[in-house]
Amino acid sequence: MASDKVLHVSDSEFDAKVIGNTLPCLVDFWAPWCGPCKAIGPVIDELAAEFDGKVVIVKMNVDDNPATPGKFGIRAIPTLILFKGGEIVDQITGAVGKSQLQALIGKAI
Amino acid sequence: MQQAQYQLIIVGGGPAGLTAGLYAARGRLKVLLIEKGAAGGQVLVTDWVDNYPGFVEGVSGFDLIDKMTTHADRFGLEKKFAAITSLQLDGDIKTVTLENSEVFTAKTIILSTGAKPRKLKVAGENEFSGRGVSYCATCDGPFYRNQEIAIVGGGNTAIQDALHLTKFATKVTVIHRRGELRATKILQEKAFCNQKIDFLWNTQVKEIRGDRTGVVELLLSHHDGDESILKVTGIFILIGITPNNEILPLDQLRTDETGFIVTDQEMATTIPGVYAAGDIRSKRSRQIINAAGEGAVAELSAERYLGHQAPDQPLNCSE
Repeated sequence: MASDKVLHVSDSEFDAKVIGNTLPCLVDFWAPWCGPCKAIGPVIDELAAEFDGKVVIVKMNVDDNPATPGKFGIRAIPTLILFKGGEIVDQITGAVGKSQLQALIGKAI
Repeated sequence: MQQAQYQLIIVGGGPAGLTAGLYAARGRLKVLLIEKGAAGGQVLVTDWVDNYPGFVEGVSGFDLIDKMTTHADRFGLEKKFAAITSLQLDGDIKTVTLENSEVFTAKTIILSTGAKPRKLKVAGENEFSGRGVSYCATCDGPFYRNQEIAIVGGGNTAIQDALHLTKFATKVTVIHRRGELRATKILQEKAFCNQKIDFLWNTQVKEIRGDRTGVVELLLSHHDGDESILKVTGIFILIGITPNNEILPLDQLRTDETGFIVTDQEMATTIPGVYAAGDIRSKRSRQIINAAGEGAVAELSAERYLGHQAPDQPLNCSE
């Protein structure tokens, strides 16, 4: 079950919804052909519920939106980038566990 | 005497662990499967599985794992997603401690922690990881549309992934330190016939170089001592695997020289009540079907060790 707490954004919305967001944002760059991306999907949904109101959990499909991943030099997915005040706080690549993602998010709150 | 919480704890949720979990849950054992990341392990990065019996048309790695998980879930397999910080395996009752300090005990343990891609251990590899250095062709291939890339390795994974990457890249150079491939003949034939694949034999990568944008070029060293530069934007390192044995008490378990666990044919390790299955085992053939089969054998061995009878439950004939 996809969570309704997860914000799906496109290239054209990225600046307004992520860079300009007053809350920290964790962006999951993913694609439907990537097994590890699909495997961490449920964890992303859980994080969205867990950090609701504190951190925005965002997903961007890199197939439909090539400009933003290109801008951040992403050449591997899943890549998760944590933004705060429009700046990158930290990032992580690969299907990591929930605790590693919680630790990553902890750097912005 | 102290009671264990579980009859069996399975460490790792790839094909071996999920199969052991399926057997144990179906056999009404009190069982827990612990997985540190996402269930599936290395199969998740497998684009297409064409040799798992019963899947006549083949199946994607993700879908195969999804089906295995659903199958174990049907029998109510209890799962926990967390990293383990310590494993105490000796004695009658084994103890598993998680990163959040939760402690679980069991009479038997199946180690199915699997393996991960081996690193090349050259300058630039870590620095450019995810920015041109990749270990997963199915994940990252589409980022290299109309670009020139390199693959390091000569085994089945390397050659299968080289073929896969020709769907995206204009040119794929396979860099191999030997003069011939280890991959199966059918893969070799496909690769040699593919116009987009080039081979550099008896060649090793000395350094991965790049800039702010990511990988730009490789410094290569050839058999005759010469060095050369290969311009690529991506390098896929597919040179085999290394065991996920960091949490295992290696002073108590017998392992081979590369750190994989040695078992007998019933999957028993050197510690009574502890079994190993899947890619963590020392063996020659590493196939999904092997891992699944070994998971089943390990679970049956654990049941024999337990002298298993289903936990005392009132007989329910209405099921």
